[in-house]
Amino acid sequence: MKLIFAVLAALCFIHPALAKEAAPLAEDPVVEKRMIEISEELRCLVCQNESLAGSQADLAKDLREEVRGLIKSGKSDEEVKDFLVSRYGDFVLYRPQVKPVTYALWGGPFILLLVGIVVLVSFLRKRGKQIDEAPLNEADRHRAEALLKDVQS
Amino acid sequence: MNKFTLPLIAFVALVALLAIGLNLNPREVPSPLIGKPAPDFKVPQLQDPNATFTPKDMQGKVWLLNVWASWCVSCREEHPIIVEYAKRGQLPPVVGLNYKDKRDDGQRWLARFGDPYLLSAFDANGRVGIDYGVYGVPETYLIDKTGVIRFKQIGPITPTVMEQKILPLVKELEK
Repeated sequence: MKLIFAVLAALCFIHPALAKEAAPLAEDPVVEKRMIEISEELRCLVCQNESLAGSQADLAKDLREEVRGLIKSGKSDEEVKDFLVSRYGDFVLYRPQVKPVTYALWGGPFILLLVGIVVLVSFLRKRGKQIDEAPLNEADRHRAEALLKDVQS
Repeated sequence: MNKFTLPLIAFVALVALLAIGLNLNPREVPSPLIGKPAPDFKVPQLQDPNATFTPKDMQGKVWLLNVWASWCVSCREEHPIIVEYAKRGQLPPVVGLNYKDKRDDGQRWLARFGDPYLLSAFDANGRVGIDYGVYGVPETYLIDKTGVIRFKQIGPITPTVMEQKILPLVKELEK
């Protein structure tokens, strides 16, 4: 038992030495902020459900470095994104550009909504016609009024 | 027409659409580089640090650029196929791009598994890989005589891909 404690105690001392060193903070916080803003809009192709900003994949690290370099050389956000799209394709953009190939993607939901509304309206109209109009006759009206009075009093 | 016919057709169409979507491989992202000139670069060679390689050296030839690394597991699956086809003389010149590797490791890997390459370019920091849109090794590019990328294989080349896609296209481009 004592031995186990001794080993555990020893491990406590060893641990900090084994821990990984924190990654150095970027020299320029402004560049870093823009880099993160841009790369949050971009998909990491290695782990496709992660953004470039959040991924720990090697390629993502390289690409973040690349983005930093582009920002430092004075490129605009759009130019940085174009740089990546020209190499990896539209798929890297979480927010696809509006162009002929993506019209269906952007317009599809609205077309579906429109179809839904048309179907709903025509269904309601049809149903309205199916219900027989039963006009209130004089006797019924009196009965109804009497009932209402009864409730109010 | 039964009143269920239309909803049924719509349902079957939706299922078909989803089935197609589910069977697509999300790793196969169409490369925007197909039909575009292969990006230029100039890097040292793997075997001879003093010699360099640039795609311009291959002008006028149909050739393959095969991205590989010693740390890449699927490359071991693919490599024997390239070696085999190169031995039979069925392949155009193949240039390797040793991607994010250590020189020693790369050289040792070729010594152990065979070297089917005309030469291997040494892309130590992966900068060339970024220009070619490499995101998962192995990847292979087929480049025509004018230096335009005609085909990209993402992931290991299988005998089927070789027989049905690469070799017929090479034949056509070499005409």
